[in-house]
Amino acid sequence: MAVLLEAPARNAGTGAISLRGVRKVYDSSAGAVEAIADWTLEIAPGEFLAVVGPSGCGKTTLLNAIAGFDPVTAGEIALDGTTIACAGYLAPPGADRVVVFQNGALFPWKSVVDNIAYGPIVQRRMSREQALRAAHALLERVGLADVARAFPLKLSSGVQRRVEMLRALINDPKALLLDEPFRALDAISKSAMHEELLRLYESTKKTIFFITHDLDEAILLADRVVVSATRPARVKRVLHIDLPRPRSPLMTASREFLDLRAQLTGVVHEEAEKALRRGERELA
Amino acid sequence: MRLEGVLTAVRVSAARGTGLRTKRVGSVRVLRGVAGIVGFLGLWELGVLAHVPILAQIPAPLEVARAQWQLLHQARYYVDWLVSLERVSAGFLIAAVVGVPLGLLMGWRAKFRYLTFPVFEILRPIPPLAWVPLSIVFWPTTESSIVFVIVLGAFFTVVLNTLAGVRAIDQRYIRAAISLGATPPTVFRRIILPGALPSIFTGLTVGMGITWSVLIAAEIIAGKSGLGYMTWEAYVAGAFPIIVAGMFSIGVAGYASSAVVRLVARYAMPWTKPF
Ligand SMILES: Nc1ncnc2c1ncn2[C@@H]1O[C@H](COP(=O)(O)OP(=O)(O)OP(=O)(O)O)[C@@H](O)[C@H]1O
Ligand SMILES: [Mg+2]
Repeated sequence: MAVLLEAPARNAGTGAISLRGVRKVYDSSAGAVEAIADWTLEIAPGEFLAVVGPSGCGKTTLLNAIAGFDPVTAGEIALDGTTIACAGYLAPPGADRVVVFQNGALFPWKSVVDNIAYGPIVQRRMSREQALRAAHALLERVGLADVARAFPLKLSSGVQRRVEMLRALINDPKALLLDEPFRALDAISKSAMHEELLRLYESTKKTIFFITHDLDEAILLADRVVVSATRPARVKRVLHIDLPRPRSPLMTASREFLDLRAQLTGVVHEEAEKALRRGERELA
Repeated sequence: MRLEGVLTAVRVSAARGTGLRTKRVGSVRVLRGVAGIVGFLGLWELGVLAHVPILAQIPAPLEVARAQWQLLHQARYYVDWLVSLERVSAGFLIAAVVGVPLGLLMGWRAKFRYLTFPVFEILRPIPPLAWVPLSIVFWPTTESSIVFVIVLGAFFTVVLNTLAGVRAIDQRYIRAAISLGATPPTVFRRIILPGALPSIFTGLTVGMGITWSVLIAAEIIAGKSGLGYMTWEAYVAGAFPIIVAGMFSIGVAGYASSAVVRLVARYAMPWTKPF
């Protein structure tokens, strides 16, 4: 399994995401919920950014705004200098920033290869035959040719997740938005997925916005880890991860890794405690 | 990665293994089914022979078989079959062709749903047979009024199941499709429609069952032919074995038409387990 993705990648230098003073308030019948208070962050082209934070702090909300699913209340989001979201405007979702969902969203009614070919076909970027050929080629490259004709629900969740990443990558997006993609996996498949995602990332250098609860995962994969404050979300701390690339899951035992891990745990712990205390107050 | 590859290989071969096993298990299952039917007929015959109170009034299986054999030699019997099948097919197809698109539209467009749903909820509780007098007056021929009542029988179930199927589609699939660049018409055709199919086929299967019960009643009330009319005629003539043979024919017809729906379902939804 040498090079995973030799498909012509977009020119390097695209996929910059700017988040400037992003704020989001949900107005529901139960009252207003401030999900994001003030989020400002520049994500460089080709950067792997991980976001960690307490459950319910507003991470998915932020991703939905970048993806174009949900409008922001204030602030601005730009992709390569073009505004894609601000108060009163929301660019429609598109294949330039494909989402891989928290619980997986492969279409159960399409075979693996049809799932992967879906994007290029509906965008009319390729003919059906071309798209299927490209999808088969991708599967071949990652050693999944056997399951091309299988239906997703017949496969393990690890394989499903790998297929879902291919379905995103075949569109040659500027950025990949991943919302806790490995949450439901056991430790062994998770480690295999890390290795595969690292390889995909290091060979394509797509910008990656990666939400997770798993601190080890965040450090192992990312260039920077952002800790979000508990709801309403804002950037609490940014941690630079200088571990060399290419990375491997073996690095989790290294001195540097453990130092980073200790730092990150300290910051996250503070927020987790706050979230817990607030939870107690809300319940009282 | 290599480990994952091995796991996949194991999984694939395991899947192949179960494929073989299902076939063997399948034939055992068929044998069990046949044994069940034979046992049922045996108990029935014994019950009649032993003069068990209520059973004794009912013709025994052998008598019924003789009546059925007689029927098989009458052209009229085949005509009754054809007439009933025609009525059911016409009614069922009309219900499906009108009901499925209507249900899809109601599920997809909230405004249309708000407009139409209340009308539905008022009309739905009316039993199809309560429409018989009105439809005899309303429709020019008895034939069209029978088909109309059959349509009504299947229609509401088909529409409501389709609607529920659309409403139950996970938002994730729609968002994933849009994120991959799909336009609304594409989302409708490639996500809403296949996503609702399992529920649509549940509606069609249940609807097919209702169709037969409505048909038989309608034929008894208004028909001059068909399996239901034949059974009723046998009752009027006091030919009890023929009554049971008629019932048996209706059972076979109902079973066969459900099997057709299931077959179409399996063909249309290869990703689901056959039910
Ligand atoms: N559509 C909505 N309407 C109202 N409130 C919402 C809506 N979606 C999310 N929220 C609220 O906004 C807050 C942030 O939710 P969000 O899903 O972004 O959290 P999260 O950080 O992704 O959590 P998790 O880690 O559990 O996935 C939560 O309190 C949630 O209840
Ligand atoms: Mg979330």
